[in-house]
Amino acid sequence: MKNNFVIETQNLTKAYGKFIAVDNLSLQISAGEVFGLLGPNGAGKTTTILMAIGLSEPTSGLVRVIGYDPAREPIKVKKVVGYMPEKIGFYDDLTARENLEYTGRLNKLGSQEITTKINEVLESVGLQDVPNQLVGKFSHGMKQRLGIADVMIKKPKIAIFDEPTSGIDPEGTDQVLNLIKDMASQNITVLISSHQLHQIQKICTRVGIFSKGRLVASGSVDKLGRETLRKGKFNIILPIAQLTGKLRDEISKIQGIMNIETKENSTVITAEDNISKQLEEAVLSCTGLKVQMRVEEFELEDIYMQYFKEL
Amino acid sequence: MSGLIEVFWKELADNFNSKRFIILFLLIYLAGIATIYIAAQNIRSSVDDSTKYIFLNLFIASGNNIPFSFPLFLSIFIPIVGIVLGFDAVNSERVSGNLSRLLSQPLYRDDVINGKFLAGIVMMAILIFSIVTLVAGLGLRMIGVPPQAEEVLRLFVFILISILYGAFWMSLAILFSVLFRKTATSALASIAIWLFLFLFMSLIAGLVASTVIPITQNSTVEEVSQFDTLYRMLSRISPSTLYGESVQAILLPELGNTSPTMMMIGMYAGLRPTPLPLSQSLLIIWPQLIGLLALTAICFSIAYIKFLREEIRST
Repeated sequence: MKNNFVIETQNLTKAYGKFIAVDNLSLQISAGEVFGLLGPNGAGKTTTILMAIGLSEPTSGLVRVIGYDPAREPIKVKKVVGYMPEKIGFYDDLTARENLEYTGRLNKLGSQEITTKINEVLESVGLQDVPNQLVGKFSHGMKQRLGIADVMIKKPKIAIFDEPTSGIDPEGTDQVLNLIKDMASQNITVLISSHQLHQIQKICTRVGIFSKGRLVASGSVDKLGRETLRKGKFNIILPIAQLTGKLRDEISKIQGIMNIETKENSTVITAEDNISKQLEEAVLSCTGLKVQMRVEEFELEDIYMQYFKEL
Repeated sequence: MSGLIEVFWKELADNFNSKRFIILFLLIYLAGIATIYIAAQNIRSSVDDSTKYIFLNLFIASGNNIPFSFPLFLSIFIPIVGIVLGFDAVNSERVSGNLSRLLSQPLYRDDVINGKFLAGIVMMAILIFSIVTLVAGLGLRMIGVPPQAEEVLRLFVFILISILYGAFWMSLAILFSVLFRKTATSALASIAIWLFLFLFMSLIAGLVASTVIPITQNSTVEEVSQFDTLYRMLSRISPSTLYGESVQAILLPELGNTSPTMMMIGMYAGLRPTPLPLSQSLLIIWPQLIGLLALTAICFSIAYIKFLREEIRST
């Protein structure tokens, strides 16, 4: 395929007998994106991931990762993709360092490179003090962080995390999310599946909502929120309680305003477009004050609930 | 390609480090030394002036009261080693959550199963080679008769056949480790098959053969020979029989036939067997060896195909 999508699926379908786990999925993820896969258990998120890394074969449809078919050319795909499965496991009777060494060797890194890289990644996940401890003695949170180190050591272009924060405490969750954020800032495309909507919202540039094998919505949280909760309209909040005289006239001149509503200490203006710039100018010209407009933000949770209420 | 080498070295190192192998090694060495000690004690009674290969005799001789020879001991222990090496090869990786991680690295899926199989074979070879040489050295010290070139060669073939026999049990265990999700299930299934083939197959063969051709005091030589053929055919379903027959022909050069009954008949008829050259002994057991090889290949191929086509989920 000639475009720049790093992960692309076309009518991807996976059926287990009569049960259809992934149904005609078409999805594009560009380089550098942090894409969140959302949806209840059994919605087909993991199955999609498995097909993307060649651990499961599609029943029909296409999946391409950096232009390669994971089922036909698994090595080319697996060289650039780091995958952290939901229930990650290590060799319990090997140390953290030995586990990472094995991954390094499987990725054909030189022994010198492996040593420096291991120190580097252990440092960044905060396990630098326990490299020679048996992984069997690690806590769940530590294993999860070691899993991220394991993904990092192969220097991936794409990192896929399946439920990376399930079952760990809030502090551990924060650490894991920060690590994933760091990876994203190093220009690694990240695909992350999770139930923890709040966390997803914090790090994802775009999300896709899965339900019964279908992708029911995708886009940035803002866009999704407007579409699902406000029927595509913008709510702009002015921190001014009363719109009086001249200001009121000025504002009503702006095109696209559909409704003006006064709340406790502010005014909510509903519009077809994001007119916060024009509003700011209007306020400045009338009152001489520079007032900060706020475009209404959405909680991913509300959006998510909206979808699963309807179904 | 080099994924195979990495998996191989990792698995071999794991084998050497694991406690179960240290225990198994000790057990097998102790039992091996014990059998050879008994054999050396009794070797005088089983050897006379006409015996050409005294050293080989050490390996087949057993105690007067304890009918327990070195090959019999090996035919019991090799399956155990094979099963221990293979029963959790794939499903333990799956249960521990390593398999998804491992298979998302840039290596082919067959590298994993081939690497594990090869590491197991090498482990088995080290074990069998070391115990045979240990026992041979001990025997040499005890009876003081050095082996002839022919005997050394035969011992080598004996080692190779033993490794092949072990490879069969290991590939069977690996097959179960691919088929069953739980390590306990695959271990039990392997042991059940082993017990059935080792203990009950000859009983069943005897039962079936004597129903088809009843042997009485008045049976003719033809009838006895027919019974014997049928019985042998049926018991050859068990790889233990194939192994036993092969080893006998290799360690007993006088054996011109894999059937002891037929040998007895020959002896009664006044035939005095002369030792065969190694190539002739090999010719006799060729079908058995091919049988063992085929069984190993079948088990391994099924495991291989199943594993390659499988979906790998971490949960």
